[in-house]
Amino acid sequence: MAVLNLVDAVRETLRQEMRRDRDVWVVGEDVGRKGGVFGATLGLFDEFGPERVQDSPLTESAIVGVGIGAALYGTKPVCEIQFADFVFPAMNQIISEAAKMRFRSNGAWTVPMVIRAPFGGGVHGGLYHSQSVEQYFTSTAGLKVVVPSTPYDAKGLLTAAVRDPDPVLFFEHKGLYRAVKSEVPDQEYVIPIGKADVKRDGSDITVITYGKTVHFCLEAAAQLEKEGYSALVLDLRTLLPLDKEAIVAAARKTGKVLIVHEAGKTHGVGAEVAALVAEECLFDLDAPVQRLCGPDVPAMPYAGPMEKFFMLSPSICLEAMRKLAQF
Amino acid sequence: MTAETQAPHAALGLSREQCQEMYYYMLLTRRIDERLWLLQRGGKIPFVISPQGAEAAQVGAAYAFRRKHDWFTPYYRDLGVNLVAGVTPREIMLGAFARGIDPASGGKQMPSHWGNRPLNVVSGSSPVTTQLLHAVGIAQAARRKGDDVVVYTCCGEGSSNQGDFHEALNWAGVHRLPVIFMVQNNEYAISVPLEKQVAGGSVAARGLGYGMPGIEVDGQDLFAVYAAFRDAHDRARRGDGPSLIEALCVRITSHSSDDDQRRYRSSEELEALKQKDPLVRIRAYLRENGLMDEATEKTIEARISAEVDDATEWAEGQPYAEPAAALRHVYADPPGEEG
Repeated sequence: MAVLNLVDAVRETLRQEMRRDRDVWVVGEDVGRKGGVFGATLGLFDEFGPERVQDSPLTESAIVGVGIGAALYGTKPVCEIQFADFVFPAMNQIISEAAKMRFRSNGAWTVPMVIRAPFGGGVHGGLYHSQSVEQYFTSTAGLKVVVPSTPYDAKGLLTAAVRDPDPVLFFEHKGLYRAVKSEVPDQEYVIPIGKADVKRDGSDITVITYGKTVHFCLEAAAQLEKEGYSALVLDLRTLLPLDKEAIVAAARKTGKVLIVHEAGKTHGVGAEVAALVAEECLFDLDAPVQRLCGPDVPAMPYAGPMEKFFMLSPSICLEAMRKLAQF
Repeated sequence: MTAETQAPHAALGLSREQCQEMYYYMLLTRRIDERLWLLQRGGKIPFVISPQGAEAAQVGAAYAFRRKHDWFTPYYRDLGVNLVAGVTPREIMLGAFARGIDPASGGKQMPSHWGNRPLNVVSGSSPVTTQLLHAVGIAQAARRKGDDVVVYTCCGEGSSNQGDFHEALNWAGVHRLPVIFMVQNNEYAISVPLEKQVAGGSVAARGLGYGMPGIEVDGQDLFAVYAAFRDAHDRARRGDGPSLIEALCVRITSHSSDDDQRRYRSSEELEALKQKDPLVRIRAYLRENGLMDEATEKTIEARISAEVDDATEWAEGQPYAEPAAALRHVYADPPGEEG
């Protein structure tokens, strides 16, 4: 078993799946000799060659649209969008084509493909290298949306995504690429898409989160423990389809729910989770459902102090968790 | 007789039977479309979008491809391409009536949103030009698998302004992929004429910028179109890459059954269209060259009439899908629960 960071886990999983299945190939901007701007495909070009590790022209709609065509023909493209902020030129291909192909053809045509994109802020990326874009996709049936928070989860979920029969958006938080390490088994394993994970069990409050804020909430939960409160931290891992069973069970267990994400609050994933808890667990609740999210501004500013102000942190999470515990 | 003095069809090596077959498909395209208009005006189907004026371009183009072998990502007017690819009049009518066993979409999509898996006709959508990128991806995947496949894709001249048009041509040009991009230039994007759509006036000229031949062809000339596509198909199979072919067509009908072109085209212009009907032209050609006598023409007309009647009556008699079929095929069924 090796200790890997998240970007290593992504790369080793791509290598594993490309060795396992000749039809799996990666395509995107600078994924070839350079190995991707974050190194997610480093070394794959040398092992698999330019046909299977393909540098694309600077055209996001084409990266996805060509991927769709290749998937229709029976190959398994893993498309890399260099930054999630640049996915918007490909929205039409994702929403109008990939998401609807199976439905509109009554099951005759399908698009098994993965669209990977680094997202999230706190890396001095300014407006256009920091966004959380998951909420633009989570209302689109036909897509699956996955966000791993650990290297171990990244490997199991990416393996599942590559083998999935439907289009999967796989968002990797840039702030986790090298910040978290965990033991990752060398052998293949699959973490099913659609299954949340209790990252820490607890009895006083439930925190439902995903991505980088999982780690903020775990750090805060450790501190809160010292103050005498026990927090359950549920990592959603998949945002579409949501693991309703796990959300409801986690909410019922403590009766106090805080939802945390870096993306803006309004119409964010937290709104859907809160609505689900309201529908299913109202009489189990001991406090109003709370949301702690990024501010509702267009995107993250560049200057250090403003960026820091925008980002959540373990201490901000701790404050919200403590307040809920004391309610 | 030398090639210079031969009639165009003979120079292309097309037999009398092949010429009659091409005429059959052109006329079948026209007669199905005319029936769809009658059904729409009679309140039996909600919508028609028409290929009238492009029959020679569509049949000439599709005739260069190999049925059940090559792949197609057509555009919504491509009724003639679908028929040559092997889609039957009954299947077309199932789509028009939105019946449950419609092979394109099971009644989920509007008519003319083609799709036929056994014939390699890929499902299409309403946002224009997205299918050009799919064609490029299909060609790339086919080549990687070592398959000798050429891909047909098509859009209108208005759609040649979409970003996906340029991204697709560029990608295919960079990788020398076996794709033939057809643009059926019928001079109007709904109501907006060519000069307000295409700077430079030529879609074909755009091919040069993407490293491929850009060929302009008279879309009313069946054999000229076929020749251009046969050459492009040969180039693609030789590994010489993609081609862009702009067929100059006319649009005889309004954009769709929801449009009335009299609001933006003069009566003189509309009257002049009758002189540009590709069916009139091919009939004259076949007669002059002794390829179709009056009796044969009547036989073909009668055969098509019977086929269109049969397809209409049969398809109308098929049931709709169950209403709750609206919930099916969002994702793959879990293993063990397929069907």
